[in-house]
This record gives sequence, C-alpha cells and structure tokens, in this order.
Amino acid sequence: MTSSTTSRHSVPDEEPTASAGQQDGPATPSPPAVGGSATAPTSGGTAGDGADDRGDPFDRDALPSPRGATGALLRSLLAPRRGLVAVATLLLLLQQAAAQAGPLLVAYAIDRGVPAYRADHYGPLIAVAVGYAVCAAGAGVFQYAFIRASARVNQDALLDLRGRIFRHSQALSVDFHERYTSGRLISRSTTDVESLRELLSEGLQELVGVVLATLYITVLLLWLDVGIGGLALASFVPLYLLIRLYRRRAARVFSERSTAIAAVIVKFAETMNGIRPVRAFRREQANDTHFGRLNHRHERSNGDAILEMARFVVGSRLIANVSVAGMVLWGAYRVADGTLALGVLAAAVLYLRRLYDPIDRLGMFLNSYESAAASLEKIAGLLAQTPTVPEPAAPRELPSRGGGEPGRAVVFEGVRFAYRTGGEVLPRFDLTIPAGQTVAVVGSTGAGKSTLAKLLARFYDPTEGRVLLDGVDLRELAVPELRRGVVMVTQEAFLFSGTVADNIAIGRPDATRADIEQAAKAIGAHDFIMSLPDGYDTDVRKRGGRISAGQRQLVAFARALLADPAVLILDEATSSLDIPGERAVQRAMDTVLHGRTAVVIAHRLSTVEIADRVLVMEDGRVVEDGTPADLVTDEGRFAGLHRAWRESVVG
Amino acid sequence: MPTDSAPSDSLPSDSLPSDSLPSDSPTGGTLVSDSPTGDSPTGGTPTGGTPTADRPSAESPTADAPAGQSAVRTLLRLWPYVRPVRARWFTAAVVAVMASCLSLVFPLVLKWIVDGPVAHGDPGGVWFGALLLLVLGIAEAALFGLRRWLVARPLAGVEAALRTDLYRHLQRLPIAFHDRWASGQLLSRGTTDLMQIRMFLAFPLTFLLVNGVTILVGVVLLLVQDWALGLVLLAPVVPLMIICSLFESRYALAARRAQDQVGDLTTVVEESVLGIRIVKGFGRHRSQAHAFRSLAGRLRGTEMLKARLLAGIWALITIIPELAIGAALVLGTVQVADGGLSAGTLVAFLSTALALRWPVESIGFLIAMSQEAATATERYFEVLDAEPESHGMSAPAAGRAQEGGGLVFERVRFRYPDAGPESAPVLDGVDLRIRPGETMALVGGTGSGKTTLTALVPRLHEVTAGRVLLDGEDIAAMPRERLRELVSVAFEEPTLFSASVAENVLMGGAAAGAEALGRALEVAHAGFAHTLPDGVDTQVGEQGLSLSGGQRQRLALARAVVGRPRFLVLDDPLSALDVHTEALVEAALRRVLQDTTALVVAHRPSTVMLADRVALLSGGRIAAVGTHQELLRTNGEYAWLMSGLETGPGSERGRGPAPEGAQLAPESAPGAERQPVSWPKPGSVTGPEPGSGQEAATDSGAGTATGAGTGTDTDTDTDTGAGAGTATDTGAGTGTEKGAGAGTEKGGCR
Repeated sequence: MTSSTTSRHSVPDEEPTASAGQQDGPATPSPPAVGGSATAPTSGGTAGDGADDRGDPFDRDALPSPRGATGALLRSLLAPRRGLVAVATLLLLLQQAAAQAGPLLVAYAIDRGVPAYRADHYGPLIAVAVGYAVCAAGAGVFQYAFIRASARVNQDALLDLRGRIFRHSQALSVDFHERYTSGRLISRSTTDVESLRELLSEGLQELVGVVLATLYITVLLLWLDVGIGGLALASFVPLYLLIRLYRRRAARVFSERSTAIAAVIVKFAETMNGIRPVRAFRREQANDTHFGRLNHRHERSNGDAILEMARFVVGSRLIANVSVAGMVLWGAYRVADGTLALGVLAAAVLYLRRLYDPIDRLGMFLNSYESAAASLEKIAGLLAQTPTVPEPAAPRELPSRGGGEPGRAVVFEGVRFAYRTGGEVLPRFDLTIPAGQTVAVVGSTGAGKSTLAKLLARFYDPTEGRVLLDGVDLRELAVPELRRGVVMVTQEAFLFSGTVADNIAIGRPDATRADIEQAAKAIGAHDFIMSLPDGYDTDVRKRGGRISAGQRQLVAFARALLADPAVLILDEATSSLDIPGERAVQRAMDTVLHGRTAVVIAHRLSTVEIADRVLVMEDGRVVEDGTPADLVTDEGRFAGLHRAWRESVVG
Repeated sequence: MPTDSAPSDSLPSDSLPSDSLPSDSPTGGTLVSDSPTGDSPTGGTPTGGTPTADRPSAESPTADAPAGQSAVRTLLRLWPYVRPVRARWFTAAVVAVMASCLSLVFPLVLKWIVDGPVAHGDPGGVWFGALLLLVLGIAEAALFGLRRWLVARPLAGVEAALRTDLYRHLQRLPIAFHDRWASGQLLSRGTTDLMQIRMFLAFPLTFLLVNGVTILVGVVLLLVQDWALGLVLLAPVVPLMIICSLFESRYALAARRAQDQVGDLTTVVEESVLGIRIVKGFGRHRSQAHAFRSLAGRLRGTEMLKARLLAGIWALITIIPELAIGAALVLGTVQVADGGLSAGTLVAFLSTALALRWPVESIGFLIAMSQEAATATERYFEVLDAEPESHGMSAPAAGRAQEGGGLVFERVRFRYPDAGPESAPVLDGVDLRIRPGETMALVGGTGSGKTTLTALVPRLHEVTAGRVLLDGEDIAAMPRERLRELVSVAFEEPTLFSASVAENVLMGGAAAGAEALGRALEVAHAGFAHTLPDGVDTQVGEQGLSLSGGQRQRLALARAVVGRPRFLVLDDPLSALDVHTEALVEAALRRVLQDTTALVVAHRPSTVMLADRVALLSGGRIAAVGTHQELLRTNGEYAWLMSGLETGPGSERGRGPAPEGAQLAPESAPGAERQPVSWPKPGSVTGPEPGSGQEAATDSGAGTATGAGTGTDTDTDTDTGAGAGTATDTGAGTGTEKGAGAGTEKGGCR
C-alpha cells in the first residue's frame, strides 16, 4: 500500500475554510454566470433537486436526498428491465401454478380417482399420474428459467447501480471529495450495494413468490370453500398491521446499522492506508480500543436488527397458526354437517399450512428490503449531489492553434472565488497570461495560490467572472477538450494499481510504448524505471514495485508530458524531488514543453528562475507582478522571499 | 486500471469430497452436529494456507489458496469464535429442531381430526382438535422467536469478534504485507465476507441441521405411516446426494472468483477516490469508469455463472422429489381404493411429504450459502494466517554497549522480503555511526533507499543481514514497543488520523501533556492549530477538517518531536513548507536536534543544514560521510545532488555509482562555482568549519563538541557564536532571528 498512501485532503495552500461548505457554483454553462449579487455567497446557486444544506450534511453519513428518491432509484434501476421483469414474473407464475397444483390433484385423486378405480375406471388415476409428472417437470423447468431470468435482472441492475455510483462519484467535483470521506464512498459502493444485491437476488424472488403463492392459495381456498377462504383473507388484516409496524421500526434500526458499518469501514481504511505511522507511533492499542468501540456499536445495531426480525417472526407465526386452527375448526364443523366434502377439507388443510409457509420468507424479504432501503437512501443521497463543476450542455471547441506556438492564452476575467459558507478566498481580479508564458506563483501558505491553480484547472468554477482559454470559457469545454488544454500536476503523486506504463499512460491512454518511454526519458525517470524488475511492466503493487515519493512525482510528470497540454499547471509538483530531479523537470519544461503556457506554484524559488514572470500572492490578491529580475531588485515581498530562499540553499 | 486480481483458478476443482456433503440424508444432520465436537480446529491451522508473508514466490496475495481443503474443514476454523456462544447456539439449534418437529405434528393432528371427530360427527372432538392445533401453533411461534432471540446478540458478537481480530491482526502484520495487499481486498474481507459468515451461522448452519433432523424425523413418520409409500419417497435420495456434491464443487469455484472480484472492485473504487485529483486533472474519469465497468461486468459474468449453477440444482431438487411424491400419490390412491389405506392416512402421509418438500428444496441454496461462507472464511484466514511481526528479541543481545552509543548501522543489508533472492538488495552493507546527540543528514539520489533505511530504525522493516544498534543495543533484541518509544519518526507523507489536532500530535509521546503539545506546535511552527475553529481540539484527518500539505507536515513534525524522543528519524520533513515557514521551523528544530540523535533524510541544502554531518547513500551503501562543505568539494555525486548541475560536460548523466562520482569530484566543484545561478557556492565556505567537522568525525564525540559543531557548520558567524554558547534557549533565539535577519546580510553579500 505504500504507493497508494496519500492523503486525500490536501488542499495545498488553502486555509481550512475549505471544508465548511459547498462551493457556490453556477449551474448552467451560460456565460457570464451570475452567482448572485456577490454579497450573499451562502445562497445556493445549484440547480437541480434539493441538495439543501442543513448545517453541514457532510458531518452525517446520509446526505440529504429528495423525498421519495429511494423508491425512484429502485424504480429507475428496474424500469429498463421491465420486459425481463415481466418475463421473470410470468415464469414464477407458471412455476407456482405447477408447484401448487399438488393438493388439487390429491383432492381429485381422493374424491374422483378412488371411486373411479374401484369401478375399474383407470382414467382419472392416469390423469393424476400424468398431471403430477407434468407439474413436477414444469415446476422444475420454470424454476430454472426463473432463477436465470431474475439473476439477469438482478445483475444488470447491480451493474447499473455500481456504475452509476462510480461514475457519479467520479463526476462530482473535487470539493465534494474533500469533504465526503473516501471510506464512506467505499461503503456506499460496497456494503450498501451488497444489501441491494441481497434484496434483489433473494428478497425480490421471495416477494414475488410470496405474493403469488398467497394469491393462488387464497383463490384456491375461496374456490374450494368460500368460508375457509374468507377466514384466510381476514387473517391478512392483522398481518398487514404487523408488517407496517415492523417496517417502521426496522427502518430506523437498519439505517443505524448502515451508518455504524460505514464508520467501521472509515476507521479500517484509514488505519490500513496509514499503517506506517500507526506502527511507528504505537497506535495499535489505541486503535484497537477505538475500533472496538465502533465495531461494538455496529454489533449492537446488528443485534437490534436481528431481534426486530425475531419479533416480527413471532407475531406473524402467531397470526398464521391461530388462523389455521380457526379454519380447521370451521371446516371440520362443515364436514360434520355434511356441507363440505371430505376431499375438499383435505385439500384445504393442505393448502392452509402452505398459505402461511411463505410468511417466514416474507419476513426475510422485509428484512432485506429494509436493509436495502436504508442503503438505497444513502446511495440516493449521494446520487442527488450535483457536481458543482458541471459538464457543458453544448460544448465548444478550442480554436485551432494556427501553427507556431503550442501554448494558449489564459485570461481571468473579473474572477472572484468564495466558498459557499463565506470566507472569500480570491477577491475579484483580472489576470492575463499570454500564450507560451511561464508564470511562477509564489506566496505564503493560504495566500490563494492553489485556488488560482484550481480555477485554471477547473477543479472549481469561479463564483463570479470567468476563466478563458484562448477566448473560450472553461465551462464551455467538454472534458477531453479541457484536458487537451489544461493539465495539472499536484503534489500528491498517487499511483494506481497496474504497471508503471499504465500509470504514465493515464496522461494519454492511446499513447504507444515508445511515447511513454520518451516521456519518461525526458523527465529523467527512464533509468529508475528500467531498474525495476520488469521495467515499464512492473506492477506497482507487486514485488520490487516499491517506488519512492520522488520517483512517484517523476511518474506524475511523465504523465503530464505525455498529455502534452497547451497549459501546464504545477502545484507544488516538485516538493519530493531532489535537486537533480527538479532540474530535470525544469529542463523538460525548457525543451519538451517549450512554448506551452505554464503556471508553476512552488515554495522553492528555484523554479522561479525559469519563469518569465512572477506573481506574488498574499491574502488572495496578486500583490506583485513582474519579471524575476525586476522583482528581485525591488524591495518588495518577492525580494524578501527570494533572499530568504537564497539563504536557505546556500551552504 | 488492471488490478492484481486474485486468480481463483488455482483452487482445486476436486477439493470437496462428497462425503463431507451435508445433504438431505441423515448424514447431513449428524455431520453438522458432530463437527464442533471434533478435534480442535485450530490444530489444523497449517492447512489454512501458509503464511503469505513468508512466501517470496507469492505473485499475488491470494495466489495459492489452500489446496485439498474441504468446505467443512474451512468452516471448522470458525469454531474458536463460535465456542463462546456455543451454549446459546446449540440451544437455538435444539429449539429450531423442536419447532420443525412440531410442524410435522400438525399433519398428524389434522389426520386425527379428519379420521376421528369429523368422520364420527363429534363436535367436542373437533373443538379439542382445534384447541390442540392452537396450542401447537402458539408453541411453534414461541419457539421460532426463542431461536432468533437466542442467537441474535451472540452472532452479531461473533461477527464483531472476527472483525476485531482481523483489524488487530492487520495492524500487527509486517509493513511488507501491507505493501502487497490492496486495502480494498482487506476491506472486503472485513465487511462482506464477515457478513456472509454471520449469515451462515445464523441460517444455513442451523437449517442444515434442522432440515436434516426434520427430514430424518419426517422419513421415520412416513415409514411408520406406510413403509411401502415411504420407500417410494426415499428412492431419489442417492441421486440427489450425487447431484449436490457435483454442484457444490463447481459452485465453490464460482463463489471464490466472485468474492475476489468484489475485492478487486473495491480496490478500484478506493483508488479512484484517493486519486481523484489525478483522474480529474487528466480528465480520465471516463476511462476510469470504463475500467470499472469491465471489472463489474466480469463480476456480473461470474454471478450469472453462479445463478446458472444454482438454477440447475434447484430445478433438479424440485423435480426429483416431486416425481416421487406423485408416484406415492398414485400408489396411495390405489391402496385407498383397494381399502388397504384410510383416506385420512393418505392425507396425513402426503401432508407430511409436502411438509418435507421445503426442507429438501432448501438444501440447494443452503449448500450454496455454506459454500460462500466457506470461501469467505478461507479469504478471512488467508489474512489471519499471515505471520505478524514477531515480538522482537529475535536475536540475543550480544555485543552490548560497545564503544559509546548513538545510532549505528552495521553492515546492514536489506532486501524486501517479497523480492526474489536473485535481485539486488536495496541496501547492501550500510555502515553508519551517528553519535549521541548528533544529527546526520542522509542524502541520496531518487530511489537510492533513503526512506527504506529510515524504516529500518523503528523496525517497520527487518534488516536482512547486519544490525542496527541504538545506544549499543541491537534493535532486533528490543521489544518493539520500547524501540518505538525511543525512536520517533516523521514520514515523508504526513498522515493525520481522524482525531483532534491535539490527539494527533500527542500520539508521539505517551506521557506528553498540554505543555509538551504547546512546545511541539511551537517547534513545528504549527501555531495555526490554535486558530482553527476549535483550536487544538479541532477534528482533522479523513473525518475532519482538510489541512494543506504544509500544515499536515508541520503537525506530523510536531508529533515526532512532542515526546522528546532520544532518537529522531525525519524523512524530508520540510518538503511541503514555504520558504519563510521552512526557515522558522528549521531554527526551532535545530534547538530540538541539539540534544537528540537524529537521522534526517534531506533533498536540499536547506534541510542538510539541520545536520552536523551528512551521509551519502549510493549504490546501497554509504559512499561518503562528512560535513556538507567537505562533501560538496570532494564528492561529485553529492555536489550534483545538491546543486543539480551536471558534473560532466553537458552529458545526460544518470546517477552513477559512487566511485564514478568521486572521480569526477575535482571537476565538479569549480564547475559549480562558475555557474551564474545562485546555487550553493563551495567558495562561500569559511575556513575553520571543515576542520571542526573533521574533528568531530574523528573524535569519539563528547556531546558538547558536537553541539559546537552544529553551530559552526550551519551558518554565519553570529550564529556560530550563539550556538557555541551552548545554552539551548539562546540557540533558539538566534535561530529565529536568523530567519528574519539573514536577508540583509545576504543582500550585502550580493
């Protein structure tokens, strides 16, 4: 896990206000986006359905979702498979028809077959034999077909849901991910999906089966004898009340359980991803205690859920058995009166037991339904989040670069940026970066350098004003076009599972091996990659695949080189590199990336040396702007910073 | 992204002997009821997969699943966890059997009502029969409830205990283990797999037993009622058993594959969330989604295979007994017609047979669930069988306290435990002595093994050969707890945990209090912590406030120094700080380092300046040791690392091995000097410093001498004076001053 250990939360340079609220992003791509009259950053400008902030919903496990979203989600999952659902239902219908025919045949055999046989008339008995064989075969064949059909429905729906959660979480903006912990997202797409799987694979089948069986048997009973059938119907009333009660109580318990397991997952993931500091600081004991507490909470709610189920089962059994006794009593009197045939009573009695057999399974269904409902609600809440950085409805193309320079001009036009809860980060400003210019942005922590970079990379959208790339608003660019235009390399160099080559190829998936190697060579990463056991094909998680932080940053750079953007943003991207590595990066920018527009954020002013222009930021404002030479000779802030830096590198 | 999918094809296809199969036959019942009383399952641990950590050949964590192990044997390993709740579980099982038997009594009562009171028109009898049914019904409901009530809490407890043990064990497994296992795979074992195990204990296990007994009792009842008809019903038992065993072995494969694929999927989800900025930055969320879809699609395929198998077995289990019942019905009708059988008996017989239908049919999916639970158990124990870190004290504490103390590396070799023996070790004969109180900077090219070397000190990894001594004591002979108390570490990647700032920092010192916290925050210049919404009680980490990289790094540094450790290991501790902050932190840190033995990984001259001496790590060994200036002059590779300037004439030179670098040394120094860029100029070094450095290097090293060395090495004359003044506090004062005052001086230089 070494290679993946990275903290999600780094908002380099941002003061912690970032975590408090949602960015007030204009929801429509129509420029210029008006985010209110600049005074009320708290007024939500998000379009779409109610992602309303009550306090900070991110403190809770469940995000707010519109009413009825859970049911709508379930329906939307099943709706495209309507046909198959219908087929499955039909199959089950036929299966039940075949399976429930048994007692009827028994009644027929006793009432007709026996007298006929005694009269040496074998027809009815042969009919019974054939009928039973056909029913048995039918029950089996339909069972087979039904399981396969319903599995198709289930698996397709799950595939759909998994994909939706994944795509949606990927489409959500960076600021969402900064607040919604990864553990919770993982919990949404694993345990919560799992509970839906249970509902679909077992529960739904149960429900359809239960409903159909109940219907069948009730109808048969009514047909056999109205009185007995009526009694059976009457018993459904208390059953219905019981189910309602159970659902109310279970909803609460299951929601609590799902929250509890999410907390367990968060703690689990955090520990495993930070295993080194855990070890080094002897956190094992304390973690055990804390985990034990979370786990115990889950254990309690888990037990509560099972007990709730136990109550339901007792109640439903009681109702069922009392009803059976009542119906037998009724039937027996009728037979004794001579108003009911013995065979009918026999069949009715056989059906009676069956009538309530599915009740246990109904319990199972309710169990998985409530569990899935609790999970679906959370998933629906996640899916109800609208990306604050939406994709354009009508994307535009960037104007073609008329030969010559590969860079593009960047213009910040009346841009202001504030987080939704207030705390303005960047007051209104204008900034023009001509094509091909390398701009260094310096300033202390919290000065707003990273925010500037993120606006340019469109990780955020400005609250007001717009960011233009060769005259085109970033919000009007489709993602592939945007990323041909702007690429950002950040401080955290995360490696995905897979080979080194795969990781570099993220920059340009269609790149050939030669392209990849060339990019790696240009950045000075080729040598170390070749020294890995399988070179470029080394799996970063397999043996020998250990890659140091500095090497990872080199890989990240190779990625950016491969992407070959018009505008390159480096946000503290050299922090873990040693000086030769940093030099190699600078060389690459001079050669391979020559002519690109570059925005470089660096604490180390060495980077500034290659810049054409330096912006000094403070409190969200650009306070100095000029060539490095000018600024050094001035007595401004940059000169001070520069001196401090010179001081720090001189030995 | 391709993940290291755990190949499940290595599972033996014939791993499930059919005799172990819980089927509808009486053996099903006896087997399950016997099993827990069998010999201790823990005795058979070695079969549960050899500890993965010790297998250098393991391509993938789950590559070789235990061979030749039956589902039952795997499940038996759960016994230690079930043991504490065995009384309740067995009671519940007995209750379930009773309830199930009660349901078999119902048809008998019905038979009695039909043949007796109804036939004879006896209203009192009918009343009595109905009352009997009612009592039985209430009893059955009560038993159902009782069974669930009995196991609800205990089974939740078993799941929790399994999870706690998994977590505890994972925390104590070697780091090398964690390097190889994607945390998604671990997580899926800790969640879905454990849930499946609990479900198994709650339902399939109980009901295999219950249904086994029910079927047994039912068969006896059938045989008693009419043995000829009973035998007709029993005919399909043998074919059913054969079919079930065939099914089980095929289903096992599919179940294992599906569960591994779920783990892979979890990994992709986790990575795509952790790497969201990269995904976004390169606009790759579509291709990520594509990768995810193909994995999810593969999982769907496996699930469909499972469904096909399940559908097949279920169909057969439905058809075969049903045909037998049909045959019995026809024969029974003939007998009734012949007068050999009463109508009531036939109704009761068929009623019993039909009551048995569900127990028989359910066996298909009960086996399927058991199989999944067995797979889950197997996956669980794969992790639990991995050997945890030993408790230390692996080697006898020989050669104790030789010539002074400090931190000493002696011929340390290190190769990652999972690397092949033919591969070159990362560290190959590292010899390094850091004297007590001395600060040693560790410099080396990217990937030269600096971080690896630092990881050896707190024994996050174990040396392959050689030893590491702390104050003369071999760390291999120390309990890890004590070792990690002595050594404090700040990692390259500053990980904060979901806890308050104060808690995060105080993790570094067991007994540290508020005062120490304040001091540590001051040293790390992390005063921003006080301005957070709740001050130092603000929650940070995954579940709390996001902090910038620099802020996290400073808190991690505060954590490292808060306990005033004797030994400090800092891995590039200032990389994410801006220049101003870095200068301030350095000044304060210098004060801490004065009386601490420290190893500091450095990429830049500014960090090197914290140290008394510098060690150059190259080619797996320490290539040179000396002061910054000495090495800058005498060692080409070092000069290159510190300046980034080509040592040769414009060649694309990689980081060569040390000797080559050393040969180039003479050229490099003047070369660096000629450059107009403002890189550290060796020329600016003042005369006496190398001397004092040398002295320190040769001297056996009294604390005071080293202290003075620090002062002289690091900076300008004023600082030297203050540093030599030996009082810690004054040192700090000047240090801070330096940050602000240095500017003018340097300006002057220019």
